[in-house]
Amino acid sequence: MKLAVNFLTIGLVILSLPCGSYTEIPPKPPGSVTVLPPVKPAGGPQAFPDAENSNLPVFTMDYARIQVPFEVTLWVLLASFAKIGFHVYHKITFWVPESCLLISIGLIVGAIMHSVHEEPPAVLSYNVFFLFMLPPIVLESGYFMPTRPFFENVGTVLWFAVVGTLWNSIGIGMSLYAVCQIEAFEVQDINLQENMLFAAIISAVDPVAVLSVFEDVSVNEQLYIVVFGECLFNDAVTVVLYNMFIFVADMPVVEPVDVFLGVARFFVVGLGGMGFGVIFGFVASFTTRFTSNVREIEPLFIFMYSYLAYLVAELFSISSIMAIVTCALTMKYYVEENVSQRSCTTIRHVVKMLGTISETLIFFFLGVVTITTEHEWNWGYIMFTLLLALVWRGLGVLVLTQIINPFRTIPFNFKDQFILGYGGLRGAISFALVFTLPDSIGRKKLFVTTTICMIMFTVFIQGISIRPLIEFINVRRTNRNLETINVEIHSRLIEHTIAGVEDLCGQWSHYYWKDKFLKFNNRILRKILIRDNRAESSIVALYKKLELQNAMEILDTVSGDINAGSSIVSLQYEKKSSGKPKRKFVAADLMNMHDILSKNMYKIRQRTTAYTTKHSLPNDSRTKEILIRRHTSIRRSLRPGSFNGPVWNTRTYSTSQKYRHTYSFKGFTLFFTILYITVSPATQPHTITPPPPCFMVGTTHVEIIRSPTLRLTKHGGWNRKSQTWTHQTKGQISTGLMSIARVFWPKQVSSSYWCPLVVVSLQQFDHEGLVHTVSSEHLMLRCVR
Amino acid sequence: MHIVIKLFGVPLSCPITNSMNIWFSCFLFIIVTPAHIVRLYDRFEALDKEKTGHLRPQDFGAINRLAMNPIGDRIIGAFFSPGQETVDFHSFVRILAHFRPADKKHPKDPSMPEPVNSRTSKLKFAFQLYDQDKDGKISRAELLQVLRSMLEMQVTEEQLESIADRTIQEADLDNDDAISFEEFRKSLEKVNIDHKMSIRFLR
Repeated sequence: MKLAVNFLTIGLVILSLPCGSYTEIPPKPPGSVTVLPPVKPAGGPQAFPDAENSNLPVFTMDYARIQVPFEVTLWVLLASFAKIGFHVYHKITFWVPESCLLISIGLIVGAIMHSVHEEPPAVLSYNVFFLFMLPPIVLESGYFMPTRPFFENVGTVLWFAVVGTLWNSIGIGMSLYAVCQIEAFEVQDINLQENMLFAAIISAVDPVAVLSVFEDVSVNEQLYIVVFGECLFNDAVTVVLYNMFIFVADMPVVEPVDVFLGVARFFVVGLGGMGFGVIFGFVASFTTRFTSNVREIEPLFIFMYSYLAYLVAELFSISSIMAIVTCALTMKYYVEENVSQRSCTTIRHVVKMLGTISETLIFFFLGVVTITTEHEWNWGYIMFTLLLALVWRGLGVLVLTQIINPFRTIPFNFKDQFILGYGGLRGAISFALVFTLPDSIGRKKLFVTTTICMIMFTVFIQGISIRPLIEFINVRRTNRNLETINVEIHSRLIEHTIAGVEDLCGQWSHYYWKDKFLKFNNRILRKILIRDNRAESSIVALYKKLELQNAMEILDTVSGDINAGSSIVSLQYEKKSSGKPKRKFVAADLMNMHDILSKNMYKIRQRTTAYTTKHSLPNDSRTKEILIRRHTSIRRSLRPGSFNGPVWNTRTYSTSQKYRHTYSFKGFTLFFTILYITVSPATQPHTITPPPPCFMVGTTHVEIIRSPTLRLTKHGGWNRKSQTWTHQTKGQISTGLMSIARVFWPKQVSSSYWCPLVVVSLQQFDHEGLVHTVSSEHLMLRCVR
Repeated sequence: MHIVIKLFGVPLSCPITNSMNIWFSCFLFIIVTPAHIVRLYDRFEALDKEKTGHLRPQDFGAINRLAMNPIGDRIIGAFFSPGQETVDFHSFVRILAHFRPADKKHPKDPSMPEPVNSRTSKLKFAFQLYDQDKDGKISRAELLQVLRSMLEMQVTEEQLESIADRTIQEADLDNDDAISFEEFRKSLEKVNIDHKMSIRFLR
């Protein structure tokens, strides 16, 4: 998107002006022409650069002016061409992860540049990397993180992230210090603090590298989410350790107070990061509540707020990665309900695009910079680092899993643990961190070389071998195509069962907290943050999605010119081939599409009718009939005086087909349903006009009583004050019922006839249409079929 | 009065005369570990307010959160065998034993009947939550009932029917417009039932 590229360009331009880091001679990308910039005064562009030359210059070139954006664009293009090139032959990317290929290309380009004695752009300088290259990747990871498995495994994730990283750092640091003592390696000048600092840098598992490898390999969900979560959340620990050891390296004496301060700092960093993320997420959701009139800039808010979260966290030196991840997590759920469908697709597209570009560039420049930096090679140190990193990670995974397995519902078996340990790839974050080591550390070049070796080793050797290993040792895989309605419904049933049985046994588990959070969410958060507050069950959401997909396919196949599908079906689902049988659902799908897309329903209905008239679709007569019926019922319901209740303004009119989810407060008479029951023509002693033979639902949370032969008998009195019939009853709640609370009857009701029934805030009734006896406040409906 | 308990499928019977004996015999022939038996027995006694040694549906209904569960009534119904009005401690534990995590360490012995917490038994339990009339099939009406109670009035009747139609269409292989147990099992073959239907503290 232009916006993103502009932003990137502007950012880099701004960076290059005051910041002194970008002072190298800009490189010439291979193949371009070097042109001497025309001579001109520094004040600005001038129309006539050569004052002496009296002729009008027909053709001028001014390279210096566009230099920085030009080169940035060329580098990005080069990396993207490399990416295109890999996919020409798909087998390459199957066996070799893209990260390796990109690094290789980077190495080649770096070699070329080195041979012509050019310096690469300082892309991997601290500021550029951490402020511009890293946030898009982390935003992408956070935005597309599967939330439910994440929250189910959050304990394990945090355990591995925090304790695992600590274990690794301390272990590697200590052992490296021990190795340094061996005289043969000539590294005795590295003291303990420097070793620990270095260990902190290279023990962090890197999200960029891991995700690019793990995404293609579909391991089971638990494993994936733990690795995923671990690499995102170990940033907090890395930041703390890094800062602590840098600080400590300068200090002559380390006091025990400092250790406690370190722990306190860890909590500040971790929790502060999450706190900032949550705050910004809520603010972003709240903002999108009001953007219904400015749909074009809706995606902007997502990016601005998440970037802001990142920067503010950087300001306070707390974990910015955690801030942006939690911001994306919180924001996603609410924002996707508030923004339009197009904005939603745009957001996803752009997030993915930015993430991919950043990742590509990072690996690319990793390759380039490898060649062009100065190295210091030391066999012993480097080999031992590689060995120790592997050993400590393996040990760490083993020990930690043993401790946490009893707390998990699915324990990790040894194969899972192996992949967990083996999948700990290091990547660009370590690299950037090692570059920013202060120069006061004598052996900085050695550290740089070791880090590069570590990264190359893990990315190449572990990255390439992990796929065959997974297949060889037969780890539990996951099948990503679980989105059938059956599975969703049955899973939901099972969840309810488990929750019920747990209540029965008097124990709670995470379902309790999940229920609590969901209630809090529905009651408070959604009301504030979402413009159009309807709680939607996941079964319904999945069903809508599947129906929409189906319908779009039908539109696409039947009339091949229509390209309606691609803009609405979002990116994630495009890859999945929907193999749903289309046997019975052709017309019904379209009808449901009209029905169910209740969010944009009015508009979509009109859009699709436009399509249907232009290209003939089968069986649209039925859909039209339903449309007509709906229109008449809406019109009829708006007769003045046909009901008592709140004002039907135009907004409610267009939303009359939606079903609001409200809660039954006592005496909450704001929304109601009009329930039309068939009129018996013979027994009508009163003057109520016969209602139409269909029903319409207003805005309630009420289930419609469908049975057309519902007959109500009066057993109570007419309450003049509230203009309602109240009914006394004693009855039992039979099981599995829906509910009704109070019944409003029009005044001229006499016993046992069929009449329009206005119902408010239902409580319980038996949908089967047989005997509905409800015991609730003053209500009896004795309905006889 | 005899109580029959199965240990890995081997039926053992022992005489009982009072509730203490239940506990004792369960202790000996465990289908759940002893500590959990004690806890469950405490819970059973807490629910059994009139101290009859049996639970009635009203006792279950007293648990507030269970009453608010959309399928709470079905869960309660699952505890009562057909025709019985009360449930004693043995049946109570037996039903709960369905929710133990599966025991992977002991090899399956094909000669013994299926253990209570195997995948098939769990699936059967879930199936019976749907199939209230116990005819071995989930008919469309039964499916609709469950959907209605779970979706809690968020959708119209038409949507519900469409969802139910689609569900049956997806799972129904022999075109009888109902889901049999085999079709149910097949539709869930890729789901890790052991994970979903296990309660950790019953291990």
